[in-house]
Amino acid sequence: MAGFDKRVTSYEQALEGLEDGMTVLAGGFGLCGIPENLIAEIKRKGTKNLTVVSNNCGVDGFGLGLLLEDRQIRKMISSYVGENALFEKQLLDGELEVELTPQGTLAEKMRAGGAGVPAFYTATGYGTPIAEGKEVRQFDGRHYVLEHAITGDFAIVKGWKADKYGNVIYRHTARNFNPLAAAAGKITVVEVEEIVEPGELEPGEIQTPGIYVDRLICGTFEKRIEKRTVRD
Amino acid sequence: MALTREQMAQRVAGELKDGFYVNLGIGIPTLVANYVPVGMEVMLQSENGLLGMGPFPTEDEIDPDMINAGKQTVTARIGASIMDSAEAFAMIRGGHIDLTVLGAFQVDVLGNIASWMVPGKLIKGMGGAMDLVAGAENIIVTMTHASKDGESKLLQRCTLPLTGAGCIKRILTDLAYLEIDQGAFVLKERAPGVSVGEIVEKTAGELVVPDHVPEMRFA
Repeated sequence: MAGFDKRVTSYEQALEGLEDGMTVLAGGFGLCGIPENLIAEIKRKGTKNLTVVSNNCGVDGFGLGLLLEDRQIRKMISSYVGENALFEKQLLDGELEVELTPQGTLAEKMRAGGAGVPAFYTATGYGTPIAEGKEVRQFDGRHYVLEHAITGDFAIVKGWKADKYGNVIYRHTARNFNPLAAAAGKITVVEVEEIVEPGELEPGEIQTPGIYVDRLICGTFEKRIEKRTVRD
Repeated sequence: MALTREQMAQRVAGELKDGFYVNLGIGIPTLVANYVPVGMEVMLQSENGLLGMGPFPTEDEIDPDMINAGKQTVTARIGASIMDSAEAFAMIRGGHIDLTVLGAFQVDVLGNIASWMVPGKLIKGMGGAMDLVAGAENIIVTMTHASKDGESKLLQRCTLPLTGAGCIKRILTDLAYLEIDQGAFVLKERAPGVSVGEIVEKTAGELVVPDHVPEMRFA
């Protein structure tokens, strides 16, 4: 019996059941904390017509940008997609749909999805094009827009360390959207740099408790830097 | 003389107060960090999930897991904390940030701001700008007073799609510091050597000019 052992042995197994047309939530901000091996596996697998929810869409040739090469993404839900020439081309050619969502609203939509909150009101975007067609309500004299939660058929997540129970911690700002995606996936797959012995991680330190994690795999990471900036 | 980018940053730094949590946008706002007065402690927030941003790293300190909201490698200062993006925006949307500084294409007399989209040009996205303008009480917009073609960016009504409605009260341009009050811009300070006449000429929206408009002073 596997009990709470969430480990799988191959990336193929990690994404078993991912099918054409599904919605995938991906952690990461820019190229920081992206599940780079799980993305590469989706490319290898050739799954098509995906809706991908991620703050950005990688860059040309790396991260989610890889999935544009064979037109595997039908729709992106993101806050900023300006780093990617292929994205631009497919968008202009009408091959790709994009739903631009304010970054905080995107994070909150995932958080709400994972927490079973179907929708929430936010002042963000009121009076702007992104509020068009959405319900507006006033609270204490201020206008708020109704935004719906997001869940995914799959969530792909990059952690730093985990134990076999799927308790995950993240490193520095590589946390970003990862814990939010982890909680909002029907099937949540986490790849980490190291799987440690149970008990090594302090219970109070755990950032994604294992209850959210279905599959866990240990990988090696390139961790490409998007804007290398140093001081003089 | 119109202010340089550095002088604009220096003037904005005069609005910092000891103990402030501050979010600085990309461009001129980022430069404000260079002019924090000596002895004053402020904590910079980066909306990807870092409160207490330090300087850029040395070559040896570069860490791909430590970046700011502009995706640049950074460091965390002593006293910093790191959180997920929902919590980083909960701070913003919950009104916990003391000062937000960001750029814009246009601002109008109703406090509307347009900063993310020019129709007909490629749309890259709003990132966190809509959350920042909706969540913060205390916002300073920094931008040039007029475009390179000489068109005013201070308008009666924004013509570009909005980032936020009715959220801006303070603007620093390369020519002036202005506030928005009762449906008009109010000229509060002028850049050294810039005449009131030039500011009036380059402001398209309704502008209130007090009898005395002092020259700007720098922190």
